[in-house]
Amino acid sequence: MTTLPKILGGGTDVTGRWPRVAVSSKVWEFAGQQLEKGAWTLVAHWAEPAMVHAALRERGSGATGILSLDVPDRRYPSLGRHCLSARRPERAIRDLVGLEPEGAPDPRPWLDHGKWGLRHPLGERGAAGDMESYRFLPVEGEGLHQIPVGPVHAGIIEPGHFRFTASGETVVRLEERLGYAHKGIEALLIDAPLERAAKIAGRASGDSTVAYAVAFAQAVEAACDTAVPPRAAYLRAVMLELERIANHVGDIGAICNDAAFSLMHTHCAIMRERILRAADIAFGHRLMMDRVVPGGVANDIAPDGKNQIVKLLALITRQFPALIAIYEDTASLQDRTVRTGLLRHDLVMQFGAGGFVGRASGRTFDARKNLPCPPYDTLKFEIPMLERGDVDARVRIRIREVEQSISLLGQLFAQLPDGDIRTPVAPRAAEGSALVEGFRGDVFVWVRMNENGSVARCHLRDPSWFQWPLLEAAIDGNIVADFPLCNKSFNCSYAGHDL
Amino acid sequence: MRKLLYKSILSLPLTERAPPVDERALAELAQNVQAAARLRLGRSLAIRQVDAGSCNGCELEIHALNNAFYDLERFGFHFVASPRHADVLLVTGPVTTNMREALERTYAATPDPKWVVAVGDCALDGGIFAGGYGVVGGVSAVVPVDLHIRGCPPSPRDLLAGLLALLSHQS
Repeated sequence: MTTLPKILGGGTDVTGRWPRVAVSSKVWEFAGQQLEKGAWTLVAHWAEPAMVHAALRERGSGATGILSLDVPDRRYPSLGRHCLSARRPERAIRDLVGLEPEGAPDPRPWLDHGKWGLRHPLGERGAAGDMESYRFLPVEGEGLHQIPVGPVHAGIIEPGHFRFTASGETVVRLEERLGYAHKGIEALLIDAPLERAAKIAGRASGDSTVAYAVAFAQAVEAACDTAVPPRAAYLRAVMLELERIANHVGDIGAICNDAAFSLMHTHCAIMRERILRAADIAFGHRLMMDRVVPGGVANDIAPDGKNQIVKLLALITRQFPALIAIYEDTASLQDRTVRTGLLRHDLVMQFGAGGFVGRASGRTFDARKNLPCPPYDTLKFEIPMLERGDVDARVRIRIREVEQSISLLGQLFAQLPDGDIRTPVAPRAAEGSALVEGFRGDVFVWVRMNENGSVARCHLRDPSWFQWPLLEAAIDGNIVADFPLCNKSFNCSYAGHDL
Repeated sequence: MRKLLYKSILSLPLTERAPPVDERALAELAQNVQAAARLRLGRSLAIRQVDAGSCNGCELEIHALNNAFYDLERFGFHFVASPRHADVLLVTGPVTTNMREALERTYAATPDPKWVVAVGDCALDGGIFAGGYGVVGGVSAVVPVDLHIRGCPPSPRDLLAGLLALLSHQS
């Protein structure tokens, strides 16, 4: 039987952890079947003007790589026929590049709302034609009503549209329509100088700016064969874990707030603010934007930075358990979160959903463990996993992850090596990829560099691509009033998805 | 929970003193905002936040305005769920082509007199995303803007200083 490593070994342009090989349409079809069987997981799916790519991971062996299919006639066999997680990426490919996935089950546009003034911005650009109004999936039945929500929401949130169909109070279908935050980031990255490209990549999703910056930097470093100084690798990990704690703590409070329990929200918001202030002192920016650059980090940790973070960790270690006890002991809160928004294990596996969404439904994947880059390969930590898949499980995973990250930060500071923080990137025409565990899940970046050191082409895949569709499944059968709770427990990125 | 509440009662508030009013914001407001509008709104302003395509970094810092350190509501500001209830539209992001209509309609749904505050470098002129096919540009390319608060993202302190300028300008 053919395996992914065998296919990848057959090519000539095999490099690093994400070798990319050109395959025949027969192998492409085989990949579709492997995805359908669940033997492989789709990690990313994107395209260039005459080539379509699929980054894949073999479940048993953990082998990873990218298969590419030449599509001179701009048509290719759809993977979405075999695999649900490929369907939205295929629609995005059709919108952005103009390649037609043959046999694709969903012919509707996804990111293109007919407002760009052109078609196929990443492929052969054409004049915008008339676009018929978007057809939501038909819903039939007695006594059903629809509730359209967004793109402008009631809270301080990103733009997106939700179309609920309800029977009384019960949601019978949720359909998402996204793309409102689409800025055309991948087009902006074409021929962008490296420094500018790193800044753009770090703004794909502001809450995961460190994760994106690290993923982009690692992809560039893989392409240009740059060795990152050990101190820089450690400082990156410090920032990644700080970002994870800040987001988890803030969101745990916000989830409770959506269950009308504002006490948790208040205290978690205070804790989050303290974390951002420590980050500001240590790295010079509250969200740590633009601190990670290809080749290393932009600036060393401030003299007082370590001290501030260590003090912060002591404070969190002291206060966090009391907050968690309140979460666990408040029956009215548990009543809202337990058995709400159940997400099935088989769906999580089909979609390869990462982050706490996957880990609360029994999928253990974590890029820090499964594809560890230094220094994670030498650190001790556990990946918490639960199987219940409800809002409560997602909260509990995040609680455990905060604890793990605190331990990781302690280890990082105990072992923080001295030395350089940046190596110059020697430009060359080459490709590289990286998968980095952000707070929300694994961020995938593929980049092709020009000889002069600018970016030729880049693809950024947010973990939300494989989580947003699952929210539609998780809300099924819940009451409309529990949607904010379910939505916040997923906390998918609109900006990172829409790009 | 009782222990935590008891401790909270006994401990000093975390809320910090307001930052000085942003002078640059005052100057911009003096040019843009009519005296008539100032008189009618009083000292309580309802804010409707609109993300017109940001990276969500600005949203994180706007959220932070509500935490105990900044406590925005003590100044009479509060966030509302509908533009129909709003005096101020707080708009972030470069306006994407896909959000243009939604922003225009939100503006139209906000009763007069109203102010538009554009938050972040992207909201000023499209920022790092300017020039793409998916971006119209800054907020002022779509709706009239009274005040810009710069930064990527602006810190809660910067946001507070800008919003306080709005209050001090009208009183």
